[in-house]
Amino acid sequence: MEQAIKSFCGLEAATRDAYGETLFRLGQENRDIVVLDADLSSSTKTSKFAKAFPDRFFNMGVSEQDMMATAAGLSLTGKIPFASTFAIFATGRAWEQIRQSIVYSHLNVKIVATHGGITVGEDGASHQAIEDIALMRVIPEMTVIVPADAYETELVIEEIVKFYGPVYVRLGRAKVKPVMPEDYRFQIGKAYAFRLGNDVNIIACGVMVKEALDAAEILKAKGIDTGVINMSTIKPLDEKMLLEAARAKLIVTAEEHSIIGGLGGAVSEYISSIRPRPILRIGIKDTFGCSGSSQELMRFFGLTSDQIASDIMKKWSELATKGAKPL
Amino acid sequence: MLVQKRDIEYLKNQARILRIEILKMLTEAGSGHTGGSLSAADIVAALYFYKLRYKPEDPQWPERDRFVLSKGHAAPLLYAVLAISGYFDKSLLRTLRKLGSPLQGHPCSKMLPGVEVSTGSLGQGLSVANGIAMGLKLQGLNSRVYCLLGDGELQEGQVWEAAMTASHYKSDNLCAIVDLNGLQIDGPISSVKNIEPVDKKFQSFGWNTIEIDGHDMAQIVDALDRAEELKGAPTVILARTIKGKGVSIFEGKVKYHGIAPTPEELEIALKELSDGTGN
Repeated sequence: MEQAIKSFCGLEAATRDAYGETLFRLGQENRDIVVLDADLSSSTKTSKFAKAFPDRFFNMGVSEQDMMATAAGLSLTGKIPFASTFAIFATGRAWEQIRQSIVYSHLNVKIVATHGGITVGEDGASHQAIEDIALMRVIPEMTVIVPADAYETELVIEEIVKFYGPVYVRLGRAKVKPVMPEDYRFQIGKAYAFRLGNDVNIIACGVMVKEALDAAEILKAKGIDTGVINMSTIKPLDEKMLLEAARAKLIVTAEEHSIIGGLGGAVSEYISSIRPRPILRIGIKDTFGCSGSSQELMRFFGLTSDQIASDIMKKWSELATKGAKPL
Repeated sequence: MLVQKRDIEYLKNQARILRIEILKMLTEAGSGHTGGSLSAADIVAALYFYKLRYKPEDPQWPERDRFVLSKGHAAPLLYAVLAISGYFDKSLLRTLRKLGSPLQGHPCSKMLPGVEVSTGSLGQGLSVANGIAMGLKLQGLNSRVYCLLGDGELQEGQVWEAAMTASHYKSDNLCAIVDLNGLQIDGPISSVKNIEPVDKKFQSFGWNTIEIDGHDMAQIVDALDRAEELKGAPTVILARTIKGKGVSIFEGKVKYHGIAPTPEELEIALKELSDGTGN
């Protein structure tokens, strides 16, 4: 049998690759893990599991709605189903199947979708989910996770196998640089602060964590004390961490998702309930994606570190003229 | 486990009792789905009092057979049969659709023992049932899965995705039953959107089909036995029924799809359903 990659710690890799490897590795130990895919197993990387454990892999063909409800049925016999396809089809096409057949009954189904956000690239808007976090977050009892790098993805997949309940994990297509340290341990609902700033805190998820870290360096050079938090669990939100983060004068959210309803929405909803704080939401500004390379699209939509830093500086100087004070 | 027996008169009487409980609880609730609960009462009586293996005292018994009510609006029928089978006290039936009741307008598995799957949004139950069937096979269990669908429900595309999947994976431990009462909310199915020929559709998807009169208890029982014998493919029982069956004022009436009987209608209905001994 093929060997699984032992750890993605420090590796530059796509989160979907870490998923495929981890699923394959865990599948050897845990016979209850079953995997469903909708004709995209070579892209979602469930193909390695499929090859190794054909009796526990179900290709549902191009039938996402049927796939989600079938996963619900499998979980009712004690299996731990992982259902994978692209994020837009998982959360858009099959939204109501997830709501009715999986989450309403609080079933132990793990929806791990790849190709989230605009870094899908050339396939264009039809294949770029910029609404999936919002769509999953709004369902009661749902857990929503967006790992920042391949290593965190590996830890997330290990953790959700141990956790009973419905989970949505959003992964990407493109390679991402490693950001999480070796001693990092993922816990559902627990954010990770690289550091907390007195002036600005950037709360990011997914590929935007790396961009936020780089932006923080630029801002630091300009004398703006900036912190960065990886809010990989978007639901349930780490409110304790947000309370800490909200001590800074400006809160920034950064996500490869619409600025409506996702991480920015979640953070705004919470912060507005505890204290008045300006919140700058960085993300896709209520518009569809388009074709291009993932790098080109990151720049086109204003998501690169230098663009973020410049947006934050602009907001920072606006606040300075208004005389914002820390609480 | 209940001792099931092939006793047609007994099963017919159980169906009669189900109809009485359905109408009483619907009248008390003041809303709910009368027609489609009555049309499937004979089928469900045969399932719970003849075919299914289950233990009401141990609802999660791993080796039980499963029943999935894909046409979730027939919840009163499911609640009646679960109460009479002993899953919970019959007095709970009076709380149907009331705030705080586990008897939700459409079945919720988290709230009530015996409800295997939360349904109500049409077209999803067959996929879930097939997922259970696939899981049971992986577990090496011989349990069977029965899924009751409505005929209007066959207009949902997902039903046919599931039909394709079940035959691809040779789910011969899955038996679908379609309650073909011919009516949907907006009128006769043939005029709203025709679903026929249903038998040829399922056959072309690789299913075994058995067509019966869904109110003839002997035919229902025979079909359930026959479905269990058929191997290598899933089986669908196409049960021709009458919406509102058992009460003349409701039979074949479109409007009783989604409304409850009035107390006056209940009185008429209970007279018609009486066994002549005042029960």
